[in-house]
Amino acid sequence: MQSVVIAKRTKLSRRDFIVGSAAVAGGGLALGMNVPFGIRPAQAQGAATEVNIWVAIKPDDTCVIRVARSEMGQGTLTGLAQLVAEELECDWNKVTTEGITPARNLASKRAWGEMGTGGSRGIRTSEDYVRRGGAAARVMLLQAAAEQWNVPAGDLAVSDGVITHAASKRSIRYGEIAAAAAKLTPPDPKSIKLKDPKSWKIAGQPLKRLDTADKLDGSKVFAIDLKLPGMLNAAIKDCPVFGGKLKSYDESKIAGMPGVKKVVRVKDTAVAVVADTWWRARKALDALPIVWDEGPNASQSSATIAGMLQDGLNASATNGDRRNGDAPKAIAEAATKIEAVYATPFLAHACMEVMNCTVKLSADRAEAWVPTQNLEASLAALSETSGIPLDKCEVHRIDLGGGFGRRGGTQDFVHQAVEIAKAFPDVPVKLIWSREEDQAHDFYRPISQCKLSAGLDAGGNLVGLHVRVSGQSINAMLNPKGILDGKDMRQLQGYSATPGDAQLGYSVPNLLIEYAMRNTHVPVGPWRGVNTNQNGVYMECFMDEVAKAAGKDPLEFRRALMKDFPKHLAVLNAAAEKGDWGKPLPAGVHRGIAQFMGYGSYSAATAEVSVSAQGKLKIHRMVLALNCGHAVNPGQIAAQVEGSVAYGLSATLYGEMPVENGRMTSLNFDSYEILRLAEMPKVETVVVPTYDFWGGVGEPTICVVAPAVLNAIFAATGKPVRSLPLKNVKLT
Amino acid sequence: MAKLNINGTVRDVAVEPDTPLLWVIREHVGLTGTKYGCGVAQCGACSVHINDEVQRSCSIAVGDVKPTDMIVTIEGLWVGSSHPVQKAWAAVDVPQCGYCQSGQIMAAAALLKKTPRPTDGDIDAAMTNICRCGTYQRIRQAVHLAADAGTTGRRAQGG
Repeated sequence: MQSVVIAKRTKLSRRDFIVGSAAVAGGGLALGMNVPFGIRPAQAQGAATEVNIWVAIKPDDTCVIRVARSEMGQGTLTGLAQLVAEELECDWNKVTTEGITPARNLASKRAWGEMGTGGSRGIRTSEDYVRRGGAAARVMLLQAAAEQWNVPAGDLAVSDGVITHAASKRSIRYGEIAAAAAKLTPPDPKSIKLKDPKSWKIAGQPLKRLDTADKLDGSKVFAIDLKLPGMLNAAIKDCPVFGGKLKSYDESKIAGMPGVKKVVRVKDTAVAVVADTWWRARKALDALPIVWDEGPNASQSSATIAGMLQDGLNASATNGDRRNGDAPKAIAEAATKIEAVYATPFLAHACMEVMNCTVKLSADRAEAWVPTQNLEASLAALSETSGIPLDKCEVHRIDLGGGFGRRGGTQDFVHQAVEIAKAFPDVPVKLIWSREEDQAHDFYRPISQCKLSAGLDAGGNLVGLHVRVSGQSINAMLNPKGILDGKDMRQLQGYSATPGDAQLGYSVPNLLIEYAMRNTHVPVGPWRGVNTNQNGVYMECFMDEVAKAAGKDPLEFRRALMKDFPKHLAVLNAAAEKGDWGKPLPAGVHRGIAQFMGYGSYSAATAEVSVSAQGKLKIHRMVLALNCGHAVNPGQIAAQVEGSVAYGLSATLYGEMPVENGRMTSLNFDSYEILRLAEMPKVETVVVPTYDFWGGVGEPTICVVAPAVLNAIFAATGKPVRSLPLKNVKLT
Repeated sequence: MAKLNINGTVRDVAVEPDTPLLWVIREHVGLTGTKYGCGVAQCGACSVHINDEVQRSCSIAVGDVKPTDMIVTIEGLWVGSSHPVQKAWAAVDVPQCGYCQSGQIMAAAALLKKTPRPTDGDIDAAMTNICRCGTYQRIRQAVHLAADAGTTGRRAQGG
């Protein structure tokens, strides 16, 4: 008994005090708050000297590495720190990190670059300048030592943050020379030669994450956990029908309920209850009679939406295509024709931490605490809705409890939280969505259908392929500028002719790939892997159907089409080899294979499954191969690959968001089922970096998960699966 | 008003009896390591121990908790946060975003207390909490590692 009291007291004292890098950041924090502190707080002793914007060094040699991107579990924080530390030549055991806030970035004319963290860009689009930042700091530290010892900098060596001069047997630690280094003129970053990855010692290693310790004992503070003096809590309901409005509510019915402070109309679509605690706010909100003006969208359903998409499969007008040869003619004249229609549903992100945002508005100052993938977008939303100028706004960084694309550009929950906080000047208000609200008001993975036709010659060679995707556009919802002359190539992600980002890895003599835009009333947005998910299923499952019609092995059939795509092919071969393609399997177990490209990286997978006589599926093993160009942390890459399998399998097995009466009906995990540990197959990750490009990691592999499994089911049952999720498909 | 024994400390909490234990722990006691995920006992982010049994605190009304019930949250699991499960989680680098991991660790600790050498089947049956980052493979590995390490050590809590 006694011991637990001590333990708790220790923890609370840690939590209650100004700790770590938060103080370095100039974010002096009051007692009684539980704002998140930096990594490895115990090491953060003494004031740090800023050598340059990426590196600050303390007298005890702690190297504080600045990070601009958001951390939501994907490991970017650790990877970016590795890249800086590699060039800095510091002691990895003395590395800590400090997050840059968007106001600080803005005030420094965006010295830290882009902060948005999506599209698997966190490392691949900042690797160059963060490495140069680390290298520039190293050059300055060496120069300072050289000047102190009056020797040429070229005669010095450095390792683990200790500079040595062999001839005079002198040495000095980074912590001792940092102040002198900071006074020097920084070198031109462009003049610096970065290390060859072959000589990497910190980058390229499967190092443990820097941000694990406080995730093990409950002390990590997520935004939903935030406690601020005088803080109130808000629960919200937006009109369940997208596009509908709030008509009225009867506040008198909740008068006198415990803790309730106010009912707030939020724009013209939502109502929030603000109370002392969130549970009391939610309870009162549930008791509040609300009348909605549901509007015309209330007539929409999964069936009406499916009808729209079917229309798009055959419509004459399209919204973008790529073509070579004459696919329809080649298919019409082919010896064998194959045709299929596939369908994939709307999906919710279902981040474990529900949407939330805390806002405090004063006369001339606005602050928000947001779990966000785009800190600058959060800052802009805070300023826009509060009316307070950008330079008087700040968004405090807090790591996210999952992101997956949900917490990027839209910032809908930030706008709501600011609206609510307007009713409480100088009081912090924390808006938390219920899980049901989170499911009901997502920006969902877009729904689509796809009609595919193929023609084979007498030898079973593919002579023509026609792919027509019909579905909703993310650009139409969130980025209309991405649609040029009515063409929206983003929805054909993974089918591109252009090398580099999401290129289709097959040569077909006659190829036509088209998109027909069919926008529903349901909001859509990026969802881990975005359109490579659906497009990967369509292309890769149909490839197996065509291979079977040709009487060929799925791997050999693909290889014959991939001679012009050596990187795609190499990754496919790696998956096939490590996945034991062609080798015997236990009775009843069957294999599937798939390859696809997205986010600048090449992915392939094999799956081993069995289907019982009763139609019960078991996924035994998956092997995933990835060429992401540079492998900054193979251990964290494996973690992302494993995670992509879990996220992808949840979608494959269970994921769908049906629409009835204009609204979502799967509002919690009892109906929106998620993969559990017992269903997780053994995952083996094969990273095959070629070090001649920089590709993404978080998203690329998810697009091969579903097709590899579906192709294995096809091998097991002889029947193709053409619609997801599998829970609606009889496998017998 | 409820009288609760949380992590060995008995306290009075002024709260309506139908309030879920989760929200009492988070908002009235101030221990936020126990998370809200679904509110309907599906995801397990809110897992705590009550008299050594792992329970989903979002679906237990505080009025149904007896003053003698021994509630342990992630914050009270072990002195110095070095429970064998926590150490194994660190060794295997399990967490990604970390949001569900308090619940996962509480579920694993409860499993190992009852079944010190769990089979994969035991782990499948006991570890039913949702992780959206998909750390399941490493959770399985870490549970086995914690079992191998044994559960000897100084307990923070008698239960």
